This record gives sequence, structure tokens and C-alpha cells, in this order.
Amino acid sequence: MSNNIDFSERPWLDPEAEPFIRIQGLTKNFGAFTAVDSVDLDIYKGELFSLLGGSGCGKTTLLRMLAGFETPSAGRVFIDGTDMTDVPPYERPVNMMFQSYALFPHMNVEANVAYGLKRDGVAKGEIKRRVHDMLEMVELGIFSKRKPHQLSGGQRQRVALARSLVKKPKVLLLDEPLGALDKRLREQTQFELMNIQDELGVTFVVVTHDQEEAMTLSTRIAVMDEGQFVQIGTPTEIYEYPDNRFVANFIGSANMFEGRVQKRVDKNLVVNVPALKGELIVEYSAEIADGSKVWLAIRPEKMSISTTLTDTNSVNVLSGIVHDIGYLGSMSTYRIELEDKKIIDITYPNQHRPRDGKHLAEWDDKVYLKFDPSNVVLLTR
Amino acid sequence: MLCFGFTFLYVPMVLLIVYSFNYSKIVPVWGGWSTRWYTVLFESEEVWAAITLSLKIALMNATFATMLGALAGLALVRFKSFRGRTLFGGMISAPLVMPEVITGLSLLLLFITLGQLIGWPTNRGITTITIAHITFSMAYVAVIIQSRLTGLDQSLEEAAEDLGAKPFRVLIDITLPLLAPGLLAGWLLAFTLSIDDLVIASFVSGPGANTLPMLIYSRVRLGLRPDINAMATIIIIVVAIGVCLAGWLMMRQERQRQRDMQLASGDNIKQD
Ligand SMILES: Nc1ncnc2c1ncn2[C@@H]1O[C@H](COP(=O)(O)OP(=O)(O)OP(=O)(O)O)[C@@H](O)[C@H]1O
Ligand SMILES: [Mg+2]
Repeated sequence: MSNNIDFSERPWLDPEAEPFIRIQGLTKNFGAFTAVDSVDLDIYKGELFSLLGGSGCGKTTLLRMLAGFETPSAGRVFIDGTDMTDVPPYERPVNMMFQSYALFPHMNVEANVAYGLKRDGVAKGEIKRRVHDMLEMVELGIFSKRKPHQLSGGQRQRVALARSLVKKPKVLLLDEPLGALDKRLREQTQFELMNIQDELGVTFVVVTHDQEEAMTLSTRIAVMDEGQFVQIGTPTEIYEYPDNRFVANFIGSANMFEGRVQKRVDKNLVVNVPALKGELIVEYSAEIADGSKVWLAIRPEKMSISTTLTDTNSVNVLSGIVHDIGYLGSMSTYRIELEDKKIIDITYPNQHRPRDGKHLAEWDDKVYLKFDPSNVVLLTR
Repeated sequence: MLCFGFTFLYVPMVLLIVYSFNYSKIVPVWGGWSTRWYTVLFESEEVWAAITLSLKIALMNATFATMLGALAGLALVRFKSFRGRTLFGGMISAPLVMPEVITGLSLLLLFITLGQLIGWPTNRGITTITIAHITFSMAYVAVIIQSRLTGLDQSLEEAAEDLGAKPFRVLIDITLPLLAPGLLAGWLLAFTLSIDDLVIASFVSGPGANTLPMLIYSRVRLGLRPDINAMATIIIIVVAIGVCLAGWLMMRQERQRQRDMQLASGDNIKQD
């Protein structure tokens, strides 16, 4: 098996692969405050790597150190095998799109986009052509003579994007690139980003608050908290196999139960959950001592809901009262109050149209929630 | 109260302007409208010499003070961590609060000492006055530039650097164009300060070098004179124009700054 894994899609699994960006022990202190705390990371050529994390966790600071605007307090940055830690921003093969766009207010759209090419001494004709093509791509051709303050927020964002893309850098750092775009443009730009990545082999490092966007675009995601990475992995790994409670709660949402391991039954564990005055069964193959303190996370969509209990001796059944319903069209979210007042959330597809004006469950109905042991995530920290 | 204050501020000026058009030789006696004192004024070689001297000094002062003041402002805002920054910052603004007499006196002392030590300046006049003016108007320019720079989003300069511009290029392409209104305002302010100054110029000037305010002062010491009223009127007008221009530029710059801030923060997002 080990001989014929195709690493081209997942270079980080290949022990032989050379990372394109290598970050070693990177730290940034602002006075006594540590914004980025001894971070290690390898990013491979052609990846679209996303940084997710709460506000103020150090994402922008990390990007700024990659771009060269912030001098690291400790640690090294290598790009394409070269130590870039002390190289000034204008000599790095890196372009950044700023969270604040940073468009030059005294230049029109065209001049803004052309600026980087001019500095590189590209021939006039070619500058004109490339700027034109780029502006067409972001649908700003007709605005090329406008000044930034004559554009809407979304339009400015596209100018900023065009300005950083037009130089075709080896590494593109994007700080919340698509936040101000409407849905259609956002999807189109996402598509273009992927195209550019395929075409030019650009390596992207993207900061985003939009988890869905990170899920659809990224090859891998790093979740940050207080200046450190709490988990790095593919979108599936991050969502389905979170490492710890922070990731489980931060990415998507999760119902969390605290408990203690009671015993092992084959591939399952029986976990005693005081809040439920009962046990939950969890599929878990790794070694774990009886009596260990654990947390169980169950995603809202990994449960089913019904008003009747069909199979009375099945495991992992919770009963409660419908506290709140949010109707989203294709599915509904239910907030269920369990017997001892604990609230849990569940989303369930609306497979049937309402019957006699009634949905699957209504306010104050008694309902039963069920989930499979393999759908429960067991967390030890 | 405010009206009272304004009255005392502006009535004398109006009086001065009106009396400059008085035919009579004795100032407080009205003898009908005339522009004869303007003619007398412009026929005096002494007056022309003073005007030329004042203008020369003011132009040189404005230009050099703007350059040096801008450098000082840039150094203070953009190079946050050089040693002695706080001291430098305090020292640059000291001339703003220093009594002019003291500035003038100390500069005179400096020039005399220098003259004895290295034989320069041999005589005091246009050069010494210009240097003296530069030293204090520079401080005003530095303050203007500093405030403009603080309001300037630094990510603009970073973006230029990111796109491949070396620091000097960034200064030329981004920083200076964005500072232009501030530079112009600073230039005008320095110009007006220099045209206005009597005290410092009197200290550091030498025989034969009379600036316009010095000339006026020396003449009215012997009593009010109608030709001096005419000259004062001209100065009032020139200064008023200068101050208005500077004020207008600073207002425009403030508006621009707010616009840039809005732009930089990327708010007022409109979905199209
Ligand atoms: N120049 C600075 N001086 C002092 N503290 C700073 C500086 N820049 C950033 N910080 C602090 O470092 C922390 C991380 O900031 P950073 O901008 O990297 O956050 P972020 O993850 O990008 O947040 P957001 O999602 O809100 O953009 C914040 O607490 C911030 O206050
Ligand atoms: Mg940020």
C-alpha cells in the first residue's frame, strides 16, 4: 500500500516532499504580549492553505511576518528553500492582499493595478495588456479610470485582489479576500482563485472568517488560537476528527458532553455522562484507560429526530422537549431541552412537506434524538 | 464679550486700511480719499529694498523650512524606534513655545560666537535672518507633517513595498503625494511667519539689512505716518491671503484624511 499512494494531491503526507514555505519556531511579541507563539508550519507548492481563528488570534500578524512587514521576535521563514527572515518585503517573491485593501487613493484603478508591474520594469505594452486582462477578470474593466473612493466596498476589494494577482507571485497572501463580495461574485472569484492556482502553481495562504469558504477552497486548514495552531489538517480532518474541544466548537458547532470512560466493549467505549444520568456509546479504537475524563462532541447534523421511539432497546437515544425551531427551507434546526434542562442543537433535513400544516416536530412536542456510536467524537482535551 | 474682542481685533485694522487712503499728511485728520501714500511708498528705494529683502527671506525660509520640517516629521512618525526620539520630538517643538526674544537673543549669540570662532558669518543680514527664520518655522512645518502622517494609513506604504518598491520609491510614489497638501500648507505658513517676524529679525540682522516689519517699526517710532499705513495695508492683505490659503489647504487635507480613513477601513460596504 505504501508504495502506490499518490502524493500529488496531498504532498504533506509525503515524507520526501520539500515544503515551499517552511516556518520554524516563529514568534512575535508586542511588548509583553505574544501575538504569534512559536509556530511551526510547512506549506507545499500549489496549496491553498487557510488560517482560521477568532479575532485577534494572530492571523494577520503571521501573514505580515511572511510578507516581511513584521520582524519576527524569534524563528525563521524559508520560502522556496531560501531563508527569507531578513529579506525586505520588496525582495520577497510574495504578494499580499491587505485586510484594509490599502489601495493608493491618489491613483486610479488602472494605475493601482499596474504599480507592481512598473516597479518590476515590465514593458509598457505588456503592463497594459496584463492590467487590462486582470481588470476584465474581476469585472472592473469599465471602472479602470476611477479613483478608489469612487468605488463600492466590494469593488475596492476586487481592485486589491487584482493588484496582488497581476504580478503572478509565487506566494500569495490573502487577508480576508472575499469578505465584501456578494454570493455570485464570491463564487466566481473562488473559482478564479482555483484556476490561477492550477495555472500558475501559486501557493496561497488565506486568512478567512468564512468557514464554508475555507472548507470548499482549502487543501488544508490551520485553526489558530492565542497565537498557536491548535490543529492543522484537511477540511475533512478538521471537521470530522477535531483534535480538541476548541476546534470542535470553533469549526461548525457541536453538542458537548463531559463524562468518564466506564469500560470497553469491542471497538466501542461506554462513557458515563453525569449530565444525562446515563451512558453513551462511542466508537473509539485508540488506547484509553478506564476512568479517564473525556468529552463527547456530536455534530447537530449527525443525529436524527423523531416523535416516536421505534426501537426501544437501541443505544444513544435522548429524549426531550422542542424548545425552539428554525426553519431554513431545505432543513430545520431544532433546539431541544433534555430532561435535566441541558439544551442541545440538531439540524435535520425536511424530507417531507408539512402534513396538515405540521412539520416533523412542533414546539413543545416530545421528541427522541438518536445517533450512531461512530458519529460521536471523543476528545481527551 | 466675543463681539467686544472681535471689535478690538478688527476695527484697528479697518481703521488702518481706511487711513491709508487718507489724503491728509497728519494721520488722524481726514482729508479725503487718495492713493498718494501708495505712490510715495513705492517711490521710496528704502521701502523697495525692505520688500525685496523680506520676500527673499520668506521664500528661502519657506522652502528650506518645509524640506527640513518634513524630514523631521517623517523621522518622528515613520522611524518609531530610533534612539532619542522622544527628546528629538520635544526639542523640535520647543521653538513653538519659546519666547521670540529668547530665540532671537540666543541665535544672535550663536552667530557672534561662530563669527569669532570660524570667521563666519562675517556680517549679519539676509543669511543670518534666513537661518534664524528656518530654525523656528521648521518646527511649525514638522508639526503639520506629523499630524498628516499620523493620519495616513501605513498599510499604503507597506502595500507599495510589497509590490516591489524600495523605500525611497515608496517615499516618492506614495508618501509625498499624499503629504502634498500638508507640505503646501506648511510652506505657506512658514512664508507668513517669516514675513511677519519683527523680533527675531531685529536681533540677528545687521546694519543696512532691514526687513519690512523692521522698517515699519523704525519709522513709526517717530510717530504715525500715512505711508506706513499704506504699507501695513499691503502686508495685511498679503498675510490674509496666505493664512486663508493655508487654512483652506489644511481643511481640504483633513477632509481627504477622513475619506482615506473610510477607504482604508473598507467600511460603507455596498453590495453591487
Ligand atoms: N503593532 C501591534 N502592537 C501591539 N499589538 C498588536 C500589534 N499588532 C497586532 N497586535 C495584537 O496582536 C494580536 C493579534 O493581532 P492580529 O492582527 O494578528 O489578529 P487577527 O487574528 O488578524 O484578528 P482579526 O481576525 O480580527 O483580523 C491582537 O491581540 C492585537 O491586538
Ligand atoms: Mg486580521
